[in-house]
Amino acid sequence: MGRRPNMAEVVAAEPALSNQILEVEGLCAHHGQLLALDGVSFTVGEGSVFAVIGANGAGKSTLMRSIAGLHRPSEGRVIFDGTDITRLSTPQRVELGISLVPEGRRLFASLSVEENLLTGTYIRRSGHWTIERVYEMFPWMWQRKNQRSSLLSGGEQQTVAISRALLANPRLLLIDELSLGLAPIVVRSIYGSLSKIMEGGLTVLIVEQDVNQALSVAAKFQCMLEGRTTLSGKPAEFTPEEIEAAYFGLNSTSSIHGKD
Amino acid sequence: MLNAIIQGILLGGLVVLFACGLSLLFGVMGVINLAHGDIAVAAAYVAVAIVPVLHIPAIWIFAIVVPLFMVAGYIVQRLLIQPSLNSGPLTTLLVTFGLSVIIENLLLEIFSANSHSLAIGSLASSAFKLSSQISIAYLSLLILVVSIVVVAGVQLGLYRTRTGRIIRAVADDREAAELIGADYRHIFGIAAGLAFGTVALAGLSLAMYSQVDPSSGPDYLIFGFEAVVIGGLGSLWGTFAGGIVLGIATTIGLFLSANFGALAPHIVFLLVLALRPQGFFPKKVAV
Amino acid sequence: MTTFAKVKRSQHTSIPAGVLALLILLVLAALPFLVYQSVTNIMVNLFILLVLASMWNLLAGYGGLISVGQQAFVGLGAYGVLFLAQHGVDPFIAIPFAILVGVVFAVPASWFLFRLSGGYFAIATWVIAVVAEIAITGVPSLGGGTGAALPGLSGIDPVQLGADTYWASAAVGVLSIAVVFLIMRSRLGLVLTAVRDNEIGARSVGVKVTRAKLIVFLVSAAGSAAAGALIAISQLNVQAANVFNIQWSAYMIFAVLIGGIGTIEGPILGTVIFIVMQQELARFNAWYLIIVGSLAVVIAIWVKGGIWAQISERTGIRLFPTGYYVDTAEDEMEGKRLGRRRISKVIGGDRQSGQLSEAAETT
Ligand SMILES: Nc1ncnc2c1ncn2[C@@H]1O[C@H](COP(=O)(O)OP(=O)(O)OP(=O)(O)O)[C@@H](O)[C@H]1O
Ligand SMILES: [Mg+2]
Repeated sequence: MGRRPNMAEVVAAEPALSNQILEVEGLCAHHGQLLALDGVSFTVGEGSVFAVIGANGAGKSTLMRSIAGLHRPSEGRVIFDGTDITRLSTPQRVELGISLVPEGRRLFASLSVEENLLTGTYIRRSGHWTIERVYEMFPWMWQRKNQRSSLLSGGEQQTVAISRALLANPRLLLIDELSLGLAPIVVRSIYGSLSKIMEGGLTVLIVEQDVNQALSVAAKFQCMLEGRTTLSGKPAEFTPEEIEAAYFGLNSTSSIHGKD
Repeated sequence: MLNAIIQGILLGGLVVLFACGLSLLFGVMGVINLAHGDIAVAAAYVAVAIVPVLHIPAIWIFAIVVPLFMVAGYIVQRLLIQPSLNSGPLTTLLVTFGLSVIIENLLLEIFSANSHSLAIGSLASSAFKLSSQISIAYLSLLILVVSIVVVAGVQLGLYRTRTGRIIRAVADDREAAELIGADYRHIFGIAAGLAFGTVALAGLSLAMYSQVDPSSGPDYLIFGFEAVVIGGLGSLWGTFAGGIVLGIATTIGLFLSANFGALAPHIVFLLVLALRPQGFFPKKVAV
Repeated sequence: MTTFAKVKRSQHTSIPAGVLALLILLVLAALPFLVYQSVTNIMVNLFILLVLASMWNLLAGYGGLISVGQQAFVGLGAYGVLFLAQHGVDPFIAIPFAILVGVVFAVPASWFLFRLSGGYFAIATWVIAVVAEIAITGVPSLGGGTGAALPGLSGIDPVQLGADTYWASAAVGVLSIAVVFLIMRSRLGLVLTAVRDNEIGARSVGVKVTRAKLIVFLVSAAGSAAAGALIAISQLNVQAANVFNIQWSAYMIFAVLIGGIGTIEGPILGTVIFIVMQQELARFNAWYLIIVGSLAVVIAIWVKGGIWAQISERTGIRLFPTGYYVDTAEDEMEGKRLGRRRISKVIGGDRQSGQLSEAAETT
């Protein structure tokens, strides 16, 4: 156990040579008096999948919202592709290429499916994704484009929400609770599309409560508990027991979590 | 009776033009603009002030005043309403109420309490007869047509254009709208610009149609509001119907006495509120 | 209310404030013997505005009900006095009946108004005021649109009448502050505080929110009617266009916003500032209202809690100990032990009541 942090350090230091698209440094964030993020640091390499896991209330959504600019952190920095974006507004970050699929999907309820997709093109960032490409990938959307988005099933809504975010042609896609409330088969199919989506070099940062699903796709991950990182590294480096301990805080001595 | 209905319909157009901006602001940002009527009156006074200076026909005034108020709407939104929104929904009410009082007194100081109207030559007085008892003023008809065109245009704009789509998206969920790159404050500004533009148009029409004085703003606000409630929140065609109902109530009330003419529309409104608070054509989603 | 860990009522400064209050009351009572009548006349206006402002503060600041139609009750109070005076009742004696008129009208008005909330409530109060005005102007014996002189006071020596008017308005002014104070110290005050901080949370723990708001609405209608009665007496004339004027709403709202909404001290301070500005800027006609209005708007947006909050934050002075606050001193220690992020759970039990107690603490 004592060896692990060193291992994590080495792993974290190594990709610094390749391109780190996102660097989060000592991020702290509050909800009123509550400290929801307590010095979280990690880096995400370009073109990879990074997963954040953790129990309810661990601060995962707060982390995602802070990266997307919806929540002002009280301390720390967010660096995107070498630029400090901590002070930028959400729309400015979208223009730089960060899109968040928020927890609960948040489609525009009174807009049709197609209108929801079209809102994704608001900033007109050029890139691979166009509405035609989306329809090509998900033909059912074309058939149901005039339906109100609130009539879709959960999985369909999640797919539309991801597509809406993709239409902004982001370089970094944040997805908060991809599988929330979805049937396992739907989750698998969405994860299946995800690998196709990433072919163009997209970086994905996902938040998941479904630990196995997340760890099966992620190159690196971190586990959070009460606003702190309790474990970080490559999924293969840890036994399920270690991950479970970090997840539930069973062994909450500070020696477990990585120092990066 | 038929005459009352016809006059009511003609008046309904003007009311819906007033109410259009009111429900737009409420639908998009949940703001009730208590200065709405005063903005209409202010537009009329700006027109009254610039007509003699510029020596242009009154119709051209529209091309100047309406854009001017659209810009003013954007600025007022960004400078006053947005910061007040940040400090709570009640603050916005109080701030717009303050604006209402300030505008009214500014007009009073600058133009005195006398009422004014926009001179538009022969159009103001010419009318055609439908029957021996019913005559329709060209101006009223024109205003009705313009109102319908404008309201339909706003609807089309909201449902058919890129900006309209984003306005509706922001109305649904402003955070989600930020996540697709829309600065909701800018979008709010645009909505406020639209609202100010339409109400300025209403104010100008009103000044041609009858007279305005600095303290008449609240009356128009109340009329527009009553039409909105009677018609059902968030439905512009419902508002149109509400405006017609108010117009008819006024005309019929006037049959009985002048006092009752003034009271009748309010009584109709209170009755609707008591018996059918959701209005007659409620819509699930605002805008 | 059971969700509070520990709810205390602040006690600082209440004893010196009591002595101070007594002194102020004595001075106020003796004022007609000490100063010229021109001063007491201004004081009459001050007390009328004080009543209106503290009643509007009760309604909006504590009840969360924004009304811009309180002139309905001002007008009805004034016309109540006029009506009784026309039937031989001494106008001063008529004041309580004028209050009754206000309340009796407020009950049916509430049936309509309480179907609406927020901005719609606000405009509907305005409609109610318009309806009341039109209805009253339709009664010829009350002077119709042109108004009527107030009978029953013409025989009295003007100096005596001035002093009587002053005492009456001072009494109503002090009484209305006392009423607001007592309400806010009562159980109702606790309910109102909870509702203001978190209406949904309060409803969910079984607080009778609508009933509390209704009481506040009726009390503020009563107070506004009393102010209307005083206006009738001080002007010796009742005219619908004056007593039902939206300006009364403007005055009370501006005074409260400037002084500070949601405290008892705020409206008092705001009233004094308003009257001083009115006197100083009187020669600029309506400009004074524009200036005062702009000041109120600026304060409402950018100065949280108005001028009084700034003063009491800097000096710690609180004249009326009504605010409830959650005593977090011990919880804080315990919280540190548990880890800082648990504090809200210790206090509130869940996210919503966490906010509830947090906001209550800052009052
Ligand atoms: N708007 C808010 N106001 C107050 N506290 C909040 C708010 N949002 C989150 N919190 C608190 O902050 C902490 C972290 O919440 P966050 O939503 O980031 O957790 P999470 O890991 O995303 O949880 P979940 O798995 O339930 O989505 C929790 O204790 C939560 O109660
Ligand atoms: Mg979450």
